[in-house]
This record gives sequence, C-alpha cells and structure tokens, in this order.
Amino acid sequence: MFTLKLARFAVVLALGLGAGTASAAGPNLGKPIDPAEIAAWDISILPDGTGLPPGSGTAAQGAPIYAQKCLMCHGANGKGGSAGAVVGGGPLTGPGSAKTIANFWPYSTTVFDFIRRAMPWQQPRSLTNDEVYALTAYILALNKLIGENDEMNAKTLPKVKMPNRDGFIIRFPDKI
Amino acid sequence: MRTTQKNRQRAAWEDLQATAGNGLLDRRAFLRGGAAFAAAMTGYALAKPVSAEPLADDPWSKVPGDASPPYEQRSRFEEKAVGRTLDNTKGELRTSRARTPHHLLNGTITPNGLHFIIVHAGTPDIDPDRHLLVIHGLVQRPLVFTLDALARYPMVSRMAFVECGGNSAPLFSNEPIQASVQALHGLASCSEWTGVLLSTLLEETGVDPKAKWLIAEGADAPALSRSVPLTKAIDDAMVALYQNGERVMPGNGYPMRLLLPGWEGNMNVKYLRRLKLTDQPGMSFYEARTYAQVLPSGKAYQFYFFQEVKSFITHPSPGLAMKGQGFYEISGAAYSGNGRIAKVMVSADGGKTWAQAALQEPVLPKAFTRFRVPWRWDGSPAVLQSRAWDEGGNVQPTRAQIVAQRGETKSVPPVTGFPSQHFNGITSWAIERNGEVKHVYA
Repeated sequence: MFTLKLARFAVVLALGLGAGTASAAGPNLGKPIDPAEIAAWDISILPDGTGLPPGSGTAAQGAPIYAQKCLMCHGANGKGGSAGAVVGGGPLTGPGSAKTIANFWPYSTTVFDFIRRAMPWQQPRSLTNDEVYALTAYILALNKLIGENDEMNAKTLPKVKMPNRDGFIIRFPDKI
Repeated sequence: MRTTQKNRQRAAWEDLQATAGNGLLDRRAFLRGGAAFAAAMTGYALAKPVSAEPLADDPWSKVPGDASPPYEQRSRFEEKAVGRTLDNTKGELRTSRARTPHHLLNGTITPNGLHFIIVHAGTPDIDPDRHLLVIHGLVQRPLVFTLDALARYPMVSRMAFVECGGNSAPLFSNEPIQASVQALHGLASCSEWTGVLLSTLLEETGVDPKAKWLIAEGADAPALSRSVPLTKAIDDAMVALYQNGERVMPGNGYPMRLLLPGWEGNMNVKYLRRLKLTDQPGMSFYEARTYAQVLPSGKAYQFYFFQEVKSFITHPSPGLAMKGQGFYEISGAAYSGNGRIAKVMVSADGGKTWAQAALQEPVLPKAFTRFRVPWRWDGSPAVLQSRAWDEGGNVQPTRAQIVAQRGETKSVPPVTGFPSQHFNGITSWAIERNGEVKHVYA
C-alpha cells in the first residue's frame, strides 16, 4: 500500500514542485516558515550529532548545577530518589531489569536531548546549552563513560562510546 | 403467567447442545432462540430477580424531570461506579495514568471521558488559537499550520484503537496478579478519530527523497518526541482533531494529536506541534530507553512499534461476580495493529476445547471488535480464555509462548509497574464455585 503512495510522492516531486511552489491540488493553507523562525522550537538531535548546538561543558561545571537543579529528585551523586538513578546499573536479565544510562542507553546524544527538552521536570527548557553540556558531562563522568576532565561539545559528545550500543534487536525490520 | 414464561425460557436454553467444554454454546444460538430467548440472555448486572410485588410508579415517573444541560453528564448512579482508575492523583512530578474500565463498558467505542490517558508531566492547558503545527526538515517547503487552517482541509474519519506499549504488562509477572481487567488491560481504548491525513499535508510541503523518518514532538512540558518511519506516516497517519465527534480531549492531545493506527500509543504524539523529516531516527528517551524491551539474553528489542493481535474477556472478569448458575454472555474486545480481526475463539475449560465467538459488525481494521459467546454456567469451576486471529493470519500467542521468548519477572511487581511491554498473550479468568472471578495462568 504505502509503496504506491510513496510512488505518488515521487511523481509529485518529479513534476517540479520545488521550493516556493505551492501544491496544485491541496488547499494550501500552510504558511511558509524559514528555518530561522523555527530555530527556537527545533531542538531535534540525531544520534550522529546532527542538531547539537554550540557550547560546551565539563563534569566539574555540571556538579553544582546538578546539586541545585537535579539532586532533589535524582539523589546525591545520581544514585536516585523520587526519580530514577542516573548512575550505575546492574546486569540486564529480562523483564523487570532496570534500564540505566550505563547499562542500556545506546546513544550519548539521548542524554543531552532529554535533559535539554524535558529537564528539570518542573521547569523544562530553562537550561542554557552550556548547562546541558555540563550536566551531560557530569552524568557521563559519574558513570565513568568519559574522563573527569573531558569536555562535552557538539564534536565530542556523539563520539562517547556507550556500553550497550550494540545491545539491540530491531523487532520488525520490515516496518522501518 | 410470568412463572410459566420463565420456565419456558429456561427450557429453551437448557436444551441447547454445548459446542465446547464447560457449557459454551453456539454463537448463533441468539438467532435461533428468537426474542423470548434473547430476553433470557441478559448480562451479569441484573440487580434483582423480577419482583413478585404489583408494579407501581416510582417518584421520578410522577414529576417532570430536569432541563437538558448544554453538555450531557452521565446518570448520577453511573458517576459513582464507572470511572477511570488513577495512579497519580496528587500531581507528583512523574507520569500520570488513567485506565479504561473495560468491565463496565460494552460495544467498541470508548467514551471520551473514559479513554485511557498517560501524561508524563500533566495535561497542558493549550489555547487552540495559539497552537501551531510546523512541518520542516527534509521537505521542499517548510510550512506552519494554525488549527483554523487545518480545520479547512479535507478530513477523514476512522475507528482506531490506541494502546500503550505497556498495556497488559502485569502479565509479565511470574505469578498472576489479582486485579481487574481495568488494571491489567486498561491502557487501551478505541475511538472514532477525525482529522487530516498527514499525507495530505506532506503533499503540500513536498518530501525530500532523502527523508526516511519523521520526528514528532508535542507542545507538552517534556516536549515528548518520537521517531516514525516515513512509510507509516504516508500510509495512514492522521493529524486528529476530533475524537468521537468532538474535539480531542485534553488528556488525549487537545487540540491535535498524531494518530498512527495500530502502532504503540506513545508514538501517537499528543499536543502535536512539530514534525521534522529526517534521514535517521532521533533515538529519543522514549524510543532509545523506555519503549525498548529487555530479553532474558540481555539484548533488547528496539522499534517494536506495532501492537500485535490481542483479545481479552471483559464479561465476566474480576470484580464482576457471577450471580448464580445459568445463562451468561461472555464478551470482550479483540484488535490487531495489523488489520481486521478474522476470528476469536473462546474456551471455558482453560484451553482444552474452544468455541468460535460471534464478531459484532462492523469489523474494522485496527479497531476494537466486540466478540460474544453464549454460555451456560453449571456452577462448577471454569477457566475462561479468548484467543484472536487477524486477517494477516497472525494468532494471539499463549502467555507461555510469550514467556518462553521474552521471559517473566523473578518476583511479583506492583500492578502499576511495567516490567516489559507489548504483552499480547492470552488472559485467563478462573470462575470459582461461589461465582468469584480470579486472574490465573492456565
């Protein structure tokens, strides 16, 4: 079914509906918008590092931010509290295994992305990019996934080797 | 007169031959029995036997009633009994869930006030006049749509279930957790959704041939984000504006949500405000971590996406005690993310013998299908099960088959926990001699 629809999309493209040209058939009630206008909303980060913003931070810079904004839920030294631990993690043995950054998360970029879009829980998207890099560095260093003095930025973060990077089986490869 | 008629009805169904063990009757028995027979086949909640007292008018029959309100509320008698169960009533800084009371509903449509909800940081209070939907990334023309603009597009309506990937997770427990069908399976609901096909909007933005994925994001506090294969987005995805005829409810994504019929609930991003076309998935928290399932080998499934064929019996079920031996209708919900339900079989003897259930028309793809089987309970212990097949030939697995492949917990988790996800195995209800219904593994 969807291959037919994809073919139709290819035809639409082949007819030369290039940038700035409205679709002939539809109501055309969407308003064109520039990337610059979308920038404040465009917080998508891809695992290869695409979309990571300028800025940087280290674990040492992250520690006081963690103490001030994260500790109340995630506990001292990331060991957990009313919200989950961000450090450690036991072996993965099946249903009920706790999934942690160190034992499960396949991509370091997800740490940055989730902090930036959703944390702190009661005040999301209030941190600067430098603060997000610093918190990411602090958490990765707590888990010994980077060195104490390693700086996280758009270049270094995607290169962090996550232990469970190859721990996944795509459930239905034919559906993606 | 009344007694004579009652006796005749009893004789009618008592003469029927069972088609499977423990008194399951032919699904067409209704049609053969006629009206008087059907009248004897009412459900579980018959409050009282017919009174021998002479009939008299009750007070509400003797005075005019209330004026109609602008928006109808349920009977005050239902308000007390029929509601969702909540697991974060104090609004703590964590996920909140509200579960659908399947055992108190019938048919296939979940009333809007009873649709299940999962919100990770509360329900946002969105002004529809200020809400925007942006489509950008690997498109020819990035566009922004207001709700007013979208409301002018050609729309489609379709029935579709939405099911949390973690629905039924308590059945991964190593021992059966005693809980209602609401607690076990209440994170699935079914509605008629109306909105604009995403393919309609993507025709206007144009799609760059390099695009393979679409990252959907909500306007809620955590800006919930999920990656969707572009093939699914073009196949049957909808930007839904209406739910069972009225605007989408706040807990279900007001003023608009992404609807991906048959796919994991969390991917049906609520409060939809941004769609970015990309060449790779974003590996967001919810796809890289939360909705990935750890297997006994230590490996984990990724991108499960798809809600597989499933059914469960809602009547009877725990909390709906049987009121003496005699006639009952077994019924429940069946659905598949793959398409239409083709067949549902029901057993009253723990899977030894099976009777085919009647499927309530219309049977629609990726929507709840109500199944029904007449049953003559003789008062002895029974174990009820349902098993569904979809039009793709997929069959609902037994719990043992799922456990063999994906494991179970080592100790009993809380009923609100999610030790794993995507459980679509058979549920078993044991009927005890006193009429109590228990959750068992059989």
